[in-house]
Amino acid sequence: METPINMNRDDHPAFRAEQLTKFYGSGESRVYALRGVDLEVPRGEMVVLLGPSGSGKSTLLNILGGLDSPTEGRVYFDSWELTAFDDWHLTKFRREYVGFVFQFYNLIPSLTARENVALVTEIAENPMAPERALELVGLGKRMDHFPAQLSGGEQQRVAIARAIAKQPRVLFCDEPTGALDSKTGIVVLEAIARVNRELGTTAMVITHNAAIAAMADRVLHMADGQIQQMEVNSHPCDPHELSW
Amino acid sequence: MLIELLRPLDRKLIRDLWAIKGQALAIAVVIGCGVGMYIMSKGMLISLAETRAAYYERYRFADVWAPVKRAPDALLQQINDLPDVRRAETRIRAGVILDVEGAAAPITGEIQSLARIAGPHINDIVLRRGRYPDPIHEEEVLALDAFAEAHRLEPGAHLYAILNGTKKKLTVTGIVQSPEYVYAISPGEIVPDKKRFGVLWMNREALANAFDLDGAFNEAVILTSAGSSEDALLERLDRLLKRYGATGAYGRSQQISDQFLTNEIQQLETMGRLLPPIFLLVATFLLNVVVGRLIDTEREQIGLLKAFGYCDRAVALHYLKMIGAITLIGILIGVILGLWLGHGLARMYQDYFRFPFLLFRAPADVYLLSIGFSLVVAAVGTSSSVLKVLRLEPAVAMVPPPPPDYSRSARWLEKLARWIDQPSRMILRHLYRWPKRAAMTSIGIAMSMGLLIGSSFSLDAMIYMVDISFNVIDRQDVTVNFVEPRNVRAVQDVLHAPGVLAAEPFRAVPVVLRNGQRSRREAIIGLTPSADLGRLVDTDLHPVPLPRHGLVLSDKLAELLAIGAGESLRVEVRTGRRPELEITVAGIVKTFMGTQAYMDLESLNRLLKEDIAISGAYLLVDPDQTDALYAELKSTPVVAGVSLQEQAQNAFYETLQESLGTFVFFNTLFAGLIAVGVVYNSARISLSERARELASLRVLGLTRGEVSYILLGELALLTLAALPLGALLGYLLAWTLVQSFNTELFRIPLLVSSSTYGYAVLVVVVAALASGLLVRRRINQLDLIAVLKTRE
Ligand SMILES: Nc1ncnc2c1ncn2[C@@H]1O[C@H](COP(=O)(O)OP(=O)(O)OP(=O)(O)O)[C@@H](O)[C@H]1O
Ligand SMILES: [Mg+2]
Repeated sequence: METPINMNRDDHPAFRAEQLTKFYGSGESRVYALRGVDLEVPRGEMVVLLGPSGSGKSTLLNILGGLDSPTEGRVYFDSWELTAFDDWHLTKFRREYVGFVFQFYNLIPSLTARENVALVTEIAENPMAPERALELVGLGKRMDHFPAQLSGGEQQRVAIARAIAKQPRVLFCDEPTGALDSKTGIVVLEAIARVNRELGTTAMVITHNAAIAAMADRVLHMADGQIQQMEVNSHPCDPHELSW
Repeated sequence: MLIELLRPLDRKLIRDLWAIKGQALAIAVVIGCGVGMYIMSKGMLISLAETRAAYYERYRFADVWAPVKRAPDALLQQINDLPDVRRAETRIRAGVILDVEGAAAPITGEIQSLARIAGPHINDIVLRRGRYPDPIHEEEVLALDAFAEAHRLEPGAHLYAILNGTKKKLTVTGIVQSPEYVYAISPGEIVPDKKRFGVLWMNREALANAFDLDGAFNEAVILTSAGSSEDALLERLDRLLKRYGATGAYGRSQQISDQFLTNEIQQLETMGRLLPPIFLLVATFLLNVVVGRLIDTEREQIGLLKAFGYCDRAVALHYLKMIGAITLIGILIGVILGLWLGHGLARMYQDYFRFPFLLFRAPADVYLLSIGFSLVVAAVGTSSSVLKVLRLEPAVAMVPPPPPDYSRSARWLEKLARWIDQPSRMILRHLYRWPKRAAMTSIGIAMSMGLLIGSSFSLDAMIYMVDISFNVIDRQDVTVNFVEPRNVRAVQDVLHAPGVLAAEPFRAVPVVLRNGQRSRREAIIGLTPSADLGRLVDTDLHPVPLPRHGLVLSDKLAELLAIGAGESLRVEVRTGRRPELEITVAGIVKTFMGTQAYMDLESLNRLLKEDIAISGAYLLVDPDQTDALYAELKSTPVVAGVSLQEQAQNAFYETLQESLGTFVFFNTLFAGLIAVGVVYNSARISLSERARELASLRVLGLTRGEVSYILLGELALLTLAALPLGALLGYLLAWTLVQSFNTELFRIPLLVSSSTYGYAVLVVVVAALASGLLVRRRINQLDLIAVLKTRE
C-alpha cells in the first residue's frame, strides 16, 4: 500500500463518508442501521459520537475503521476509497493506520501488558516502543502483568496503549468507559486525550455519557441511523475537569 | 415448521445440535467405527463358528483320522468296538498328480474313495452340480468345487491323474464340497491355491484297484462319543493299527483345513477384542472434551434456566438428550457399518472358506452389547460435565467466569518465550495452561496412528515372513515327493530331468515326538549336511550347519514340546520297523512357518536301520526350462507330489493383497476418521473458545494467516507431539497382534518397517491438515463485529 500522495495536506479530512447506508435482512424484516450518512472528520480532531442505543453509532465506527462494510455509499480515508478494499487491504489498513478500543478491553489473556502491545508493534511499520506506549497511559510499572492481574481500568489503558503503539492516524473508541466507574473512566479518557494532543491522532469516541462531550472538538448526535446534529466545540476542556 | 411444535428447551436442543453438527458427527462416526468393527468381527466370528459347527454336524465331519499303510476291511469291526468310538468308516485316500488341459505346471492333489453304499457317511460330501459316478464306470470322479472353478471344470470335463504310477484319463461327473476341504490347502502351503490343489472322489473299487488295496483301506475316519478323551482314543488306535503301518492317528486340531479355520476365528477374536476399544476410548475422550466445553460455554444459560425455575433434573436431562442423540447416531452408523462390513467380509471369506452357505448373521446380543458399550462410553465421557450441570448454583452461573489466568507460567517456558514472537507465546502459554486437554488431543491422534501401524505392519511382516521362508530358509524352486522312499541314487535321475540345475535329497519320516506329557505328531526331515537349498538358520537368519547327530527343532516345535537344546526327546518312528528312540536335541532353529524337526539324513537312516532312502528332492530349476520339466514330472510315475515355490509365493501375495489389503484399507480409513475427529474437534473447540481473542487480533490488523497460525500452530504442535507416541502405541499394538498370531501354522515377526511408520505419519498428517483446512475456513468467516459486541 503506497502512502497517499496528499497525506501531508493538513486541510484534507481524515475521513469522508458519502451516503453511507447499512441494513440487515430484507423485505418486511429489514433493519436499517445507517440511513445515508454524510460525514467529514478533520485530521487531528477529537470527535465524540452521542446517540440512543441502536442509533447506528457502532455500525458507523466499524465501517469507518474497516471492520464492516456498508450496504451502500463510500468511505474515504485520505484519498483511498476504503469501500473498494478487499479483506487483505482492509487488514493492512487496520494494521498501519487504525487503533481500536472497545468496551470490553479484548486483551489477549495469555500475553502480559507489554506483550499485548508488542503484538501490534511487531507487525507495524513505524511503531513506538511498547514500554513508551504503556508509559503514555500511566502503566509503566505494570508492564509484566497478565490481564487477569489488572483491574478493569488498567486493562482498558493497556488496550489504549495497544491501540496507539503503532502510532495510528485514527483511534476509534467504542464506549471505552462503559464498564468503568467515573474516576477510572476519567483516567482512561485522559489517556485518549493525551494521545490525541501529543501525537496528533484523530480520535472518535462513542459514548452514552453526554458529559464526556465537553472534551471533544466536535460532537455528532446520531439518531435512527442518521447524524441529526453536529456541534463544534471551540474550547474543549481537559478530561480531569469532567465529572459524572 | 416442525420445530415450532417443540417445547422451548427441545428447540434449543435441536439448534445446539445443529450448531455443533460437524463435531457431533465426528464423535458419532468414531463411536460408529467402534460399534461397526465390533459387530463385524464378533458377528463374523459367530457366523463362522456356527456355520462351521452346523456344517460339521450335518455332514458328520470326523473327529479322528487314522491313516495306515494298508489294513484289511475286516479291521473296521475292531475299530468300531474301541471305547469312545461312536462310529467308524474306512476309506482310501492317496496323493496324486493331476493334469488339466491348459495347466502347464503339475497339480498336487488328493483322491479319496466314495462309500460303496449311499447314505449318511462320515465326512459326507455336498453334491453341488452333476451326479455321483456310476459304479460301473471306473473313470468317473467327483471334483472339489474350488479346484473345478479354478480350471472351469464342469460335469463332463476330462482330466488326467497319475494313480499309483499309472496315468489315467478321468471324467468329472459332479462338483462337490466337503467339510474336510473348507480351506482347500495343500499340506505345507500357507494359503490355498485353488488352481494348484485338487481333490477328487472316485468309486472305492476303482481306487482300490488302482492302489492295490482290494479288500483293504488306508485310512479310518472316526466319530467319537460325547465326553470321550481324544488322547486315550488316539493311543488305542495307534496300538491297534501299529501292525498296519499307522503313521499316527490325529484329531481335528491337526486336520489342516480345520486348523486354518480355527486360526481365522482366533484372529477375528483378537481383532474384535483389540480394535473396538480403541475407537470407543477415543469417543469417550471426544465426548468428554466437546460436551464439557459446551457446558462451560452455557454456564450462564444453565444458571438462567435454573433461575427461571427449571429444576436441576430437567436441565441435566436437556444435556443428556443431546449426548444421547449423538450416541444414537453413532450406534446407527455403527450398526449399518457393521452389517455392511460383515456382509462384505462374508463374501470375501466365501472365496477362501468353502462352505455350502455362509451368511453374516450377528445374534441380538452382539448388537445389544455394542449398544451397551456405546452407552457406557457416553456415560463415562460426559458424567463429570452432567454432574457439573446438576451442581451449578444459579447465582454462581450468572456471574461470568473470571478471565483465564496465565500468570502461573513455568520458568522454562518464560525463558523460551523471550526468543519468540507474541503469537507463538500465545500458543505455548495456552498449551501450558490446559495441559490435560493438550495431552488428550495428542493421545487421541497417537491412537489413530497406533491403529494404523498396528494394522498395516502385518502386511510388511507377512511379506518378510514369506520372503525369509522361501528365499533364505527353503530356497528350492520345486519340491518333488516320491510315492515311496527310494534309494538315494534317485537324486541322480532327478538331476537329469530337463532344466534341473541342482537337486538335494531329503527324507521325511513320520514320528511321534514325546517330552513328558507333551507329544506331537510330526515328520523328521533328513537333510544332507551340505544342504544348500533347504537350509537351517539361526535367530539372526544366518545359515547354520546341520549337526551330524541329534535333532534340530524349529523354535515353535521346541516351545510346544517345552524342550531346550541338549535335552533328550523320545521319538517313536511310525514307519518301517517302527523303532522307539531317545534322541538329543542338538539345536534349535528359527522358522516362521510350520513346526519342523530336522536331522542329518545319514544318521536318520542309520537310526531307522535302513539303507539310505529318500522321500524326495529339492530342485533348483532353470526358469527357461520349467515347461519341459513340468511335462516330465507330470508323466513320471514315481512322483506323488510337486510343490512349486514361485506359484506358492505368488498365491500368497495375491491372497495377502486381497484379504489383508482390504483390512488395511478399512483401518486406514477408520484411523483417518479418528485423526480427523480428534483434530477437528480440538480445533473447533479452541476456535469457539478463542473466537473473541482471534477476532481482537484481526481487529488489530493481523491477517487471516497470522490468526490461523495461533490456532493451527497449536494443533500442529500437538500433532507433532503425537507422532512419537503414536509410533510407540503402534509398536505395542503390533506386539500384541504378533503374540496372538503366533500359531503352529505360522508366526509373523515383530517387524515394523520405516515405511509403515512413514505411512502412518502421512495419514495422520494429511488428516490433521484436512481438519486444519476445515477450521481455517471458519477462521476466515469469523464475524468480527458480532464477537466483539458481546461480553465474554
Ligand atoms: N447483525 C445484525 N443483524 C441485524 N440487525 C443488526 C445487526 N447488527 C446491528 N443491527 C441493528 O442495527 C442497528 C444499529 O446497531 P448499532 O450496534 O450500530 O447501534 P448502537 O448505536 O451502537 O447501539 P448501542 O448504543 O446500544 O451500542 C440496531 O437497530 C441493531 O439492532
Ligand atoms: Mg454500540
